[in-house]
Amino acid sequence: MDGMHKEMIFIDIGELSDIPRLGARSVKTAGGDIAIFRTANDEVFALRDKCPHKGGPLSQGIVHGTSVTCPLHAWVISLQSGEATGLDSGCTPRFAVKVEHGRVLLAPASAVTATTA
Amino acid sequence: MNMMSSPKRKLVVIGNGMAGMRTVEEILARAPGMFEITVFGAEPQPNYDRIMLSPLLAGDKKFDQIVLNSLEWYAENHIELIAGEMVDHIDRDAKIVRGIKGTERPYDLLLLATGSNPFVLPLSGVARPGVMTFRSVADVEEMLAIAAPGKKAVVIGGGLLGLEAAHGLNLRGMDVSVVHLMPTLMERQLDASAAHLLERALTARGMSIYTGANTEAFIGADDSDTSPVTAVRLKDGREIEADLVVMAVGIRPNANLARAVGLTCDRGIVVNDGMQTSDPSIYAIGECIEHNKQVYGLVAPIWDMAKVAADNMCAVAASAFSPVASGTRLKVSGIEMFSAGEFMGDKTTEDVVLRDAARGIYKRLVLRGDKLVGVVCFGDARDAGWYFQMLRDGEDLGDLRETMIFGPVAATSGDPNDAIAAMSDNAEICGCNGVKKSTICAAIAEHGLATIDDVRARTKASASCGSCTNLVEGLLKLQLGAAYAPAGVKPMCKCTHRGQDEVRRRIVAAELKTIPAVMQALEWKTPDGCGFCRPGINFFLMVAWPGEYQDDPQSRFVNERMHANIQKDGTYSVVPRMWGGTTTASELRAIADVVDKFNIPEVKVTGGQRIDMLGVKKEDLRAVWQDLNAAGLVSGHAYGKALRTVKTCVGSEWCRFGVQDSTAMGIALEKATWGSWHPHKVKLAVSGCPRNCAEATIKDFGVVATEAGWDLHVGGNGGIKVRATELLCKVTTEEEVMEYCFAFLQLYRSEAHYFERTAPWLERVGLKYVQDKIVDNAELRKKLAADFVYSQSFMQTDPWAEQAASEKAAPKFNAMAELV
Repeated sequence: MDGMHKEMIFIDIGELSDIPRLGARSVKTAGGDIAIFRTANDEVFALRDKCPHKGGPLSQGIVHGTSVTCPLHAWVISLQSGEATGLDSGCTPRFAVKVEHGRVLLAPASAVTATTA
Repeated sequence: MNMMSSPKRKLVVIGNGMAGMRTVEEILARAPGMFEITVFGAEPQPNYDRIMLSPLLAGDKKFDQIVLNSLEWYAENHIELIAGEMVDHIDRDAKIVRGIKGTERPYDLLLLATGSNPFVLPLSGVARPGVMTFRSVADVEEMLAIAAPGKKAVVIGGGLLGLEAAHGLNLRGMDVSVVHLMPTLMERQLDASAAHLLERALTARGMSIYTGANTEAFIGADDSDTSPVTAVRLKDGREIEADLVVMAVGIRPNANLARAVGLTCDRGIVVNDGMQTSDPSIYAIGECIEHNKQVYGLVAPIWDMAKVAADNMCAVAASAFSPVASGTRLKVSGIEMFSAGEFMGDKTTEDVVLRDAARGIYKRLVLRGDKLVGVVCFGDARDAGWYFQMLRDGEDLGDLRETMIFGPVAATSGDPNDAIAAMSDNAEICGCNGVKKSTICAAIAEHGLATIDDVRARTKASASCGSCTNLVEGLLKLQLGAAYAPAGVKPMCKCTHRGQDEVRRRIVAAELKTIPAVMQALEWKTPDGCGFCRPGINFFLMVAWPGEYQDDPQSRFVNERMHANIQKDGTYSVVPRMWGGTTTASELRAIADVVDKFNIPEVKVTGGQRIDMLGVKKEDLRAVWQDLNAAGLVSGHAYGKALRTVKTCVGSEWCRFGVQDSTAMGIALEKATWGSWHPHKVKLAVSGCPRNCAEATIKDFGVVATEAGWDLHVGGNGGIKVRATELLCKVTTEEEVMEYCFAFLQLYRSEAHYFERTAPWLERVGLKYVQDKIVDNAELRKKLAADFVYSQSFMQTDPWAEQAASEKAAPKFNAMAELV
């Protein structure tokens, strides 16, 4: 239970408006960079800032719908699951993130990797 | 042919147009081999689709795309085609026709399909060069010989044909005025409200509309009829400047030949219900005929006539022609309009009207009792087919009356495919060719049709004016589901079924100026595109609306957003511009200092004669640029789909072989072209002699000096697939090198597909296409070059200086937060 508790500690990382719509920013953490994405509908998602393919910084990709296209080799990664879509397979960890009163709150220890069936 | 068989009956057709050839097709379908067929045509071409003359004029189609029956078709069907010879006599007693060149052919049956003549206004100056009608390919060619961006065209006649001509000339860049006698446009198809919206839409495209305007004379430089037209004078004294005047004021049945040989004629050649003239051996069809005091100009009833004529001529059925209501659409891209039936209404009718001002939509349904008798749609004609079917069925509307103005799927999802699914099997999909939904669906199932072209070939649906293409596609989608892949045009990406050419064309035609507007108007299937189409549309908009469109950084690939090249480890490389590959001691010193100060791990000389600093951290980019800027170095755009480098050799200044100053030429080119964005990267080179040390013949635009001047080469590429350039042309002066270069780049920027280098583009369109526009057409070349220069006036700001100075730009180079 303790561990579970620690995982869900949210830290204020800034304003929603710090992230451009259909864009992303990165957050430096001890465990590596986390990419924070903002969709056209102001939904926010957080993934490890490393493409499961060759480690490309996803925060530098193009955001569309609830996906991001990696800047290195154009893999398309689902923001919801962290999984590669289409014919590619691979997954990057996702993090809990939420917006409250215009502030973005990230739980940097909440990494979960989707398991592909 | 089998010489042993009994002699076939001889059929001669006078008129090689749509009506005549459609009848021949119907005859071949009913009784193949019954007749030995000869066709006389006054025009030199094979049968083409006259309805498509406006897309031909607009440049949306090429002639071979509007040919209906190719010369091979005539050969395959053993039809003798005598093209380019008008028939001026019929000996009805001997049953022989004679052409003006003396060719004679005997007949057992004769079909007259002589069509109509455009009405020529009997006004002073009508014979002047530049005054013409709009009826044939020859007319289009004559117009295109005069048409050029910025020149002035006046179209007399604001009906269907006149407006399509005006639209085509407008797309050709002409300054178009429409002069219409009646108070509102298209008064035979539109009520005043719809006509007003149409006038507004056309005005928004830059046309000037004069309604209630009576033309008095065509004026030239002097009074002789040989001096070209310069203006149109109206009865009220106003004059409108004109380099070109198109008369589209109606057509008259061409019954001259029939009249001359004594067939009964009134306005047209009088025929009975079986399309037979007063001579039982002679039939007539199309715009030349008069049936029950009516003459015809739209294609749908003429197709009905063709079936009736074929039935009777082959004696397979004694069918009778009875005209049904036809609908009208305007083939002007971006303007949806449909009208049919009694659209004006009268005292015995009631109206149901829907207006949506914001979207420019107007719909009017005219009801008599409980039946639909007329319809006008403007701005949204998606449901036109459904209304038209109800109108023709003439059934009682019942409960439908309440909601029908909102379309067939008012209450459901709003997916346009549902509307197609909801249509009855008898619903007519293609009005031009009278093809029903059930016919198309059956053909798809029986013959395994998979593409629009298959459906066209098998059923003729969407083979004439093409405005039902979306409906036919919808049916293919319904029948084939996910297996349907529109052929012919490669979709831009998975977000759309439209090809890049269509996207580019419609951005300009409908004046779409933002990414969401493009996605809305072109019915994108995803809410905000994908990693391919967003950068593509962003680029298209930048080219279409220079100085007006606001670049969207979120629709830029990382390199173009960060103004540096991302490397495999997430660091960046920085390449300053070195004009024509030249540099100085102080620039090199500044680069050395930057490398030391920021611990840049690697420095490399590139293939484009630049210095590349590799491994710069994202956070350091702005500071690096600041230091480089201080020494006068600016962005080299080594990261963009943009003008990259102009590579040069030392040329005549130093080299003992050099014949021209290639370095100065290269620097001048680079100073003028840097900062321009393109569909893909663009590399230039200038060599000072034919030894070509700058490798100009594998560049997008390569210049090679000769004793006499400069050879200009285009479409080279040294990438995965090496391609040597093709010679565009030879020029003599530096000014010409610049002008041709600007024009070539602008043509490429405006027409190539996104992500398409000049090499595959040139292979796709052909060198001749580019030479026609840039070498042979000086006016267009100058226009393209001027467009490039205009666009450059907004582009030549160093992005490094901008990004380094702007606090707004700062966040994207830094982390949002540091939790360490």
